[in-house]
Amino acid sequence: MTDATVVSQSVHGEQNKLSPLSFLSRLSEKIAVNPGKVFSTVLMPIIGIVVFLLIWSGAARNIDTSLGKFPGPVVVWEQFGSLYQEHVTEREKAEAFYERQEKRNAARVAKDPDYVPKIWAYTGKETFLDQIATSLVTVMSGFMLAALIAIPLGIVIGLNKTLNAAVNPIIQIFKPVSPLAWLPLVTMVVSALYISPDPLVAKSFLNSMITVMLCCLWPMVINTSVGVYSLDSDLVNVSRVLRLPALKHVQKIVLPASVPMIFTGMRLSLGVAWMVLIAAEMLAQNPGLGKFVWDEFQNGSSNSLARIMVAVIVIGVIGFGLDRTMLQIQRFVSWDKSKVSH
Amino acid sequence: MSTLLDISHIDMVFDTPKGPFTAFKGVDLKIAKGEFVSLIGHSGCGKSTVLNIVAGLLQASSGGVILNGREVSEPGPDRAVVFQNHSLLSWLTAYQNVELAVKQVFGRSKNKAETKEWIEHNLQLVHMDHAMHKRPDEISGGMKQRVGIARALAMQPEILLMDEPFGALDALTRAHMQDSLMEIQQELNNTVIMITHDVDEAVLLSDRIVMMSNGPAATVGEILEINLERPRDRLELAQDPEYTRLRSEVLKFLYEKQRKVEPIVKPRTRKKVKESRQHEAA
Repeated sequence: MTDATVVSQSVHGEQNKLSPLSFLSRLSEKIAVNPGKVFSTVLMPIIGIVVFLLIWSGAARNIDTSLGKFPGPVVVWEQFGSLYQEHVTEREKAEAFYERQEKRNAARVAKDPDYVPKIWAYTGKETFLDQIATSLVTVMSGFMLAALIAIPLGIVIGLNKTLNAAVNPIIQIFKPVSPLAWLPLVTMVVSALYISPDPLVAKSFLNSMITVMLCCLWPMVINTSVGVYSLDSDLVNVSRVLRLPALKHVQKIVLPASVPMIFTGMRLSLGVAWMVLIAAEMLAQNPGLGKFVWDEFQNGSSNSLARIMVAVIVIGVIGFGLDRTMLQIQRFVSWDKSKVSH
Repeated sequence: MSTLLDISHIDMVFDTPKGPFTAFKGVDLKIAKGEFVSLIGHSGCGKSTVLNIVAGLLQASSGGVILNGREVSEPGPDRAVVFQNHSLLSWLTAYQNVELAVKQVFGRSKNKAETKEWIEHNLQLVHMDHAMHKRPDEISGGMKQRVGIARALAMQPEILLMDEPFGALDALTRAHMQDSLMEIQQELNNTVIMITHDVDEAVLLSDRIVMMSNGPAATVGEILEINLERPRDRLELAQDPEYTRLRSEVLKFLYEKQRKVEPIVKPRTRKKVKESRQHEAA
């Protein structure tokens, strides 16, 4: 680990404990103590972003599309505001709708006590924020489902060489397949099998989630099995001398020993999953960020490109956030801190 | 003294791509209760294999090991092993490492308070009570080995098997650990088999030194009785003519009678084999 990461880590730690004000004063102390480090960890990223924005706005001015000029940073920033405003307006509408409905029902019940009031759900369109939430729920469900399958499978494969020999070719062949190739198959299978008059979740959600799961599976299976396989043979001998039963052997020795590798696999998976999700949502019409991008593209209004650009930035920020969150979890659960890197 | 452990005519033949390889042949050894026996010999003479067979981690090709009148067929806590590189669970504290062993071996026969007391007692025995809630990566190599010994002692084994327990330590720490081990041995009077490369260590600690001839087809070459009075003190012994004689006996065996013919080419050590295995896996 480099010195810079140590600094950023300690800054994060203090941020949790201290109020923003004392955090700032600590930061200014740090600047006083070590100006060189602050230069590289604070100033340079800011300069990088500024230069990027300048190039972006310069380039944008010179690109004419059929939907008008390519959006520059200012236009995109405005769209951030308007998308949020749309969300607020839509929520107000929904509230008003429910209020009206309640009043109407109350009035009818007053007139006719036998009347059982019906509650209709508000059917307004999803706002940008709703779509972010949908995407997050989809990717997390797919990811969790993959972890539930991949980690036990990886452990079994890692422990059993014979089984590994049997399963390995299948993994190696399916690993490089883009999960989007699976999507049509997944769609057809879900349509055929998931028949319910009152579905718990939408088919489009299932399609996207299963696609995400399929792409999460392989890195997790491979990393878990390698982690288990490379278990120190002395530790296996310790377990044998103690006569640990198989389940306890896995629980007390195999699983904790492979935690660093398992989490490396999970982090890789989540990164890929988030990328794949957007494409999957576009194709499966799951009401998430992917669908938002697709709808805006089809819509073709003068704002569309700016709104897509907003989505691009949000997708990037969330992807980064997911990775950092996984890294923090990995740091927290991993006994071998030296193996946790960026 | 009655025989506790009887290693009876064991042979070990490994299957290699070049055909069967006889590591050792007809190794015979009887060990009495409370005896401290060292196995010494050049690399590749099969010392570790003998120990692993006694531990039950390996099966002899022929012959067998009898402990307390029963044949050894699988590993068990009655033959606790102290491995060369501590082999502690890195994610557990010293206390928890010993606890895993104690809970597994004694289970319900000790209640919570007794379990705690027994764990702490064993850590005290190796002078690790001050750092018992530290994890292996927070303590030094010598301290890790102490915890490893505490874990083995806590199983209350019939026989303690030590595979070059201090081989990975620096000379000063090693001397310190040897003194500690003698102190513990004085108190508990365990039966011990220890593998070592260190002539001084063997003479200082043992009641008997079993010297193995070179492989392939190695066997027990000579057995040297060490009748030095206990407790032994390394400074006093340095002046003792008997100590010097015993020491030179071992040296003579190793460097005159059993001189390694090809000392330049180092055999692949176990550690290297393990590393390369991990590379293959990755």
